[in-house]
Amino acid sequence: MLKRSGTTSGTILQRVKFPALVALTALAAGLPLTLNPYWTAVFVSIGLGALLSLSLNVILGRAGIFNMGHAAFYAVGAYVTAILNTRFQVPVLWLLPVAGAASGLCALLVARPIIHLRGDYLLIVTVGIVEIVRIALINDVGGLTGGANGIFGIARPEIFGIRIRRDIQFYYLVWGAVALTVALFSRLDRSRVGRALSCIKEDDTAAEGCGIDVARYKLLAFGLGAFWAGMAGALFAAKMTIISPGSFTFWDSVLLFAAVTLGGGSQTGAVLGAFLVFGLPEIFRDFASARMLVFGLALMAMMVVRPQGLLPPALRRYDTRFITRGERAAGDGE
Amino acid sequence: MKPLLRLTNVTKRFGGLIAVNEVSFSADEGGITGIIGPNGAGKTTLFNLLTGNYAPDGGDILFRDVSLVGRKPHEIVALGVARTFQSIRLFSSMSVLENALAGRHCRMRAGLLSSMFGSAAQRREERAAVERAVRELEFTGLAEFLNDKAGSLSYGNRRLLEIARALASDPILIALDEPAGSMNQPETEVLVRLIRAVRDRGISVMLIEHDMGLVMQVCEKLIVLEYGIKIAEGSPAEIRGNPRVIEAYLGQD
Repeated sequence: MLKRSGTTSGTILQRVKFPALVALTALAAGLPLTLNPYWTAVFVSIGLGALLSLSLNVILGRAGIFNMGHAAFYAVGAYVTAILNTRFQVPVLWLLPVAGAASGLCALLVARPIIHLRGDYLLIVTVGIVEIVRIALINDVGGLTGGANGIFGIARPEIFGIRIRRDIQFYYLVWGAVALTVALFSRLDRSRVGRALSCIKEDDTAAEGCGIDVARYKLLAFGLGAFWAGMAGALFAAKMTIISPGSFTFWDSVLLFAAVTLGGGSQTGAVLGAFLVFGLPEIFRDFASARMLVFGLALMAMMVVRPQGLLPPALRRYDTRFITRGERAAGDGE
Repeated sequence: MKPLLRLTNVTKRFGGLIAVNEVSFSADEGGITGIIGPNGAGKTTLFNLLTGNYAPDGGDILFRDVSLVGRKPHEIVALGVARTFQSIRLFSSMSVLENALAGRHCRMRAGLLSSMFGSAAQRREERAAVERAVRELEFTGLAEFLNDKAGSLSYGNRRLLEIARALASDPILIALDEPAGSMNQPETEVLVRLIRAVRDRGISVMLIEHDMGLVMQVCEKLIVLEYGIKIAEGSPAEIRGNPRVIEAYLGQD
């Protein structure tokens, strides 16, 4: 009576997926060898954008929390790295988890009282947060942030005695981090936690009603996204060696929001969104003045034609072959 | 029999309206209790008080001698009270299996790190949860739709999936808000057998229903509400002959 449905298609998908992944990795690894220094630098900044877009994707794409202040957490990570590195000479890569933790903690503190707000109300508060952070940085809080000029002389990162200095080295560092992030977040996505976030995005009343602690998981998503943004901030500080409040504006938050929305919520979507938002303007440099116009039109077109985004997450499939089937349904007649 | 659930003088006001007014009753362990009454009698409000969606303005709700008042809905699910919604609330872009897995959430432990790094315990737990979710889908007759989107199911099957999701959380009491709503006759017959099978698993059932045929057929005890006040309580036979109930449903001469 019962059909065994959908157990084979999953494996077919995996069979296609693996060689595709290998090809993509080879392509990504070989790419900088063919690029001139300018384009390598562009790809490094797209990579940083992809990291940020992936981190916002946890909050906005997966849990459906409207956060338009993500640059604030990026800024906290970058500044924590810059301050600890320039004042205490702590190596930049050691500061990755520290920067992440600082951002995550900030996010939890500010999100705690506002997490129950819905949709656009929360969005307005997060816009406020990113402005407060930017203005605080300009005002040189505690004499630590260097005001409008920012902080100079951040050290380059060092791995196994190799000092990461050239763009091509940063390319591998940043895109390696992107690959690791995609791998970790994909696992998270298929777990109890990832499912809870999807449930919350879809209907938080139903999620609460079937036993999910909605407030806790929203905070968890916020904290995790901010942690990752903080680490991206640390990499950014190490890449630039100079940071200033101008790199962490409301506008940067809007671009990230657009990248995730265009992407549609999947990991690949978030990376694609980063390419579109941070990469395309470089290709169309000549039309730089019309950039925002094109952006606005593209977003409007998306909302009409494909409101779910370019690559919405696929239906999760589970291996059920180990379960022996055949129990009769309780409602079947005698 | 020992009461599983005991409500004493439960009251809920919305501004000037008293939606539930000093309602007291108890439900037996292992029984099927029905809550009936005309539209606007306060039945769903009473359910929302039980499941923690609303906080009562007065009175107490004891579940196995533990007060449910002031607890959040997810805590109440963890204590063993699962519910379905009158207006079906599934996660419609997720698969049927995942909806059942969502119900399993509160019995799982995996946290952020073990989920990201995939510990052995996490994988074991995940496997067991998938198996349990599949079992509940088999129990409710939805096993063939495992990988379909929940939103693509027929209305009758969506109601059944809500029941499967609730059952996956290991409930002691399951609260069904109009389970036969938008079901046709054959679907309702399946539902009646299912509700009895749920009770036979040792799970107590409480339901709100407009379909009097279904109510009289499956419930062992009925509570009748009108304008937020309990007007009668008893077995289906007693309720059928109660003049106040007849008046509430049919009006006065």
